[in-house]
Amino acid sequence: MTAIVVDHRKGKAGPGPAEPPPGDDAPLYEARRKIYPQSVSGTYRRVRWIVLLVTLGIYYLLPFVRWNRGPNAPDQAVLIDLPARRFYFFFIEIWPQEIYFFTGLLILAAMALFLMNALAGRVWCGYLCPQTVWTDLFLAIERLCEGDRRERMLRDSHPLNAEGVARKSAKHLLWLITAWWTGGAWVLYFADAPTLVVELATGEAPLIAYGAIATLTFTTYSLAGLMREQVCLYMCPWPRIQAALTDEDALNVTYRVDRGEPRGSLKKAAALRAAGEPAGDCIDCGQCVAVCPTGVDIRDGASLGCIQCGLCIDACDTVMRRVGQPERLIAYDTDLNIQRRLRGEPEQVRLVRPRTILYSAIILLVGGIMVYALAVRSPVGIAVQHDRNPVAVTLSNGDIRNGYALRLVNKAAVETTFLVTVAGPADARLDIVGGTAEAGGAVSVTVGPDQTRELRALVTATPLPGKETSVPVAFRAIDAVTGITATVDDTFRMP
Amino acid sequence: MVDHTGPEIDAATGVSTTGHEWDGIRELNNPLPRWWLWIFYACIVWSVGYWVVYPSWPLVSGYAGGVLGWSSRESVDVALAALQAQRGATLQRLAETPVEQANADPALLAFSQALGRAAFANNCAPCHGAGGGGARGYPNLVDDEWLWGGSLAQIQQTVTHGVRNADPDSRQGEMPAFVRDGLLPAEEVPIVIEYVRQIAGLDVLPDADLAKGKEIFEANCASCHGAEGHGNQELGSPSLVDPIWLYGYDRKDMTETIRNGRGGVMPTWVERLDPTTIKALTIYVHALGGGA
Ligand code: SF4
Ligand code: SF4
Repeated sequence: MTAIVVDHRKGKAGPGPAEPPPGDDAPLYEARRKIYPQSVSGTYRRVRWIVLLVTLGIYYLLPFVRWNRGPNAPDQAVLIDLPARRFYFFFIEIWPQEIYFFTGLLILAAMALFLMNALAGRVWCGYLCPQTVWTDLFLAIERLCEGDRRERMLRDSHPLNAEGVARKSAKHLLWLITAWWTGGAWVLYFADAPTLVVELATGEAPLIAYGAIATLTFTTYSLAGLMREQVCLYMCPWPRIQAALTDEDALNVTYRVDRGEPRGSLKKAAALRAAGEPAGDCIDCGQCVAVCPTGVDIRDGASLGCIQCGLCIDACDTVMRRVGQPERLIAYDTDLNIQRRLRGEPEQVRLVRPRTILYSAIILLVGGIMVYALAVRSPVGIAVQHDRNPVAVTLSNGDIRNGYALRLVNKAAVETTFLVTVAGPADARLDIVGGTAEAGGAVSVTVGPDQTRELRALVTATPLPGKETSVPVAFRAIDAVTGITATVDDTFRMP
Repeated sequence: MVDHTGPEIDAATGVSTTGHEWDGIRELNNPLPRWWLWIFYACIVWSVGYWVVYPSWPLVSGYAGGVLGWSSRESVDVALAALQAQRGATLQRLAETPVEQANADPALLAFSQALGRAAFANNCAPCHGAGGGGARGYPNLVDDEWLWGGSLAQIQQTVTHGVRNADPDSRQGEMPAFVRDGLLPAEEVPIVIEYVRQIAGLDVLPDADLAKGKEIFEANCASCHGAEGHGNQELGSPSLVDPIWLYGYDRKDMTETIRNGRGGVMPTWVERLDPTTIKALTIYVHALGGGA
């Protein structure tokens, strides 16, 4: 058996010039090697196009989707209303005090990322990360303007001619337009989109909107157009975290060394086979490297530079079909399986493992809690704070009075009248400044649509019997129309 | 100490070392990308821009102000002006609305309570307490006894001009120093105290001469506190028959009150607060005890 060593070290630093000569004059800074990814077609390329269309489609168009919430609320399906401190997502409306929904969302996002990683490595990097998606889009624009890999390499190896200048200018212009559109879509999430579009066009939009667009135009243009793989190699924390999180059972884009080596041209392989020596399926055509958006040679093994986009699989499959060999010399696989095959054992894919079960369970649990919390979310809320100075006063007729700051929350989109009552000492009497006394000791108070109202509430009663210094009281607010009730507890104290 | 062993390829990582060695620790040469270096230089240039544009160096007297002339004090002024502008319309409406109507208007009521709470904390809390609970000699504003009246108009008048101060419109009225000024013989004080304690519902000494006490009360006290001791808001004289005592109700406190008199002072606010703030304070204070 030929000794096949998967050398993970070579790819470690990602694409770069050949290892610098060791010595005192070894450069401390590395010049960037320009990458010219070649176009490719195949299964994974198709998946990436679809993901690109869906994600960017959602991003650019979602602000224009309408959602009717009645007359007193915005009709934009997804809106972050910072001045009013509301977040709208279709039928969901989040108030600032419900920020825990975002905590839940963040936990879900992290767990989904971990689960993806446990199943198939850097799925996020390869298909979903905004850096990947926009870089992919910008590469498509580059190909449109400047042609494919060979053409671009040829052009850059000569002094630029007029046509080259024209093509490059067109590319940068299209990049800038795309980047600007990206920034423009961003701000539409923070205000009524159709109105803001008009305001932006007529120069009446707030300064911050233009500032945000300018900033995002700059970042999109430089990160997706100019920096590209440098972001993943040097700036992003995820590859480092991912490397620590992953395990040997996760599926990764893998060059199947067991089948590919020893590599060599078709001719060389034929000669080897004729001589009765083993020959691998890899014809060393370099297509996998040519298509790679980060310039990695997957045959060196998994590496920090490889974002696991699967494009080298498509490239290699095309080659294998042409030379009449079975596809998937590069495939989603594990190093464990390579070793198993070398030992003549059957392959094994273990998607159900303790960690995938754990991640799924956490996702189900947190998701379940969130759905439950949303389902039982009451449109009525009540909160109370007892006066601290003084906690209680004696009135001229000897009665005792306690003051409270009462806050009524009306999450409904219509003005609501609440009947507020108090239960506590037997003869407790409730007064609310600004409220109207109703039958049975209740006080009615109206709260505007989607608003809260703070009220001064006073509870008066005869002194508590014996040596008692405090008894519990409960404030109850009933929506006069729907009957939905909210209660809150506090105490009634003696001076 | 620094050794120079000469660069070599590190066995574990396959990366060359820089050749520097510190007590056996060698440094790998993982070169940074060159654009990173350029960003570093760009940041240095940018920071020079800060020196030029914003205040930076301390000088002998003063400091280098920067070409923008920015100052944190000014930015506070701008923020405060923005706040005023934001309040503007409601503030204007409050200024133009009489206090009773403002109190009945839910929006103005809420606005005044918020504005009044802040004004109260700044101006009134030192004497009356953060929540209006008062202290000995400083009336409680949360109960239902009002020395000078608890209606909105009465509160507004008291807040505007204060009590017993140099403002000619301030509230006037005085508890005389009966003994010190020779209005009442000292030996009659304990007798009238027992009578007052009786009408107030407090404990009375068994050997008290209540008939004599009543006589003294009617001759000296009733003119201000009323024949039945209910007090008089015109004069700021408190009721003596309820359980609320500004200066305490044990015999020692009462003796002191009658001997040397009482006369708490409240400043006039008309010169320090604008009428709208006073209006807001009035509504806030009125709401503390739910109005009377
Ligand atoms: S390395 Fe970072 S930036 Fe690059 S694709 Fe992955 S997550 Fe995105
Ligand atoms: S090596 Fe293959 S999977 Fe990895 S980034 Fe390059 S093309 Fe994508």
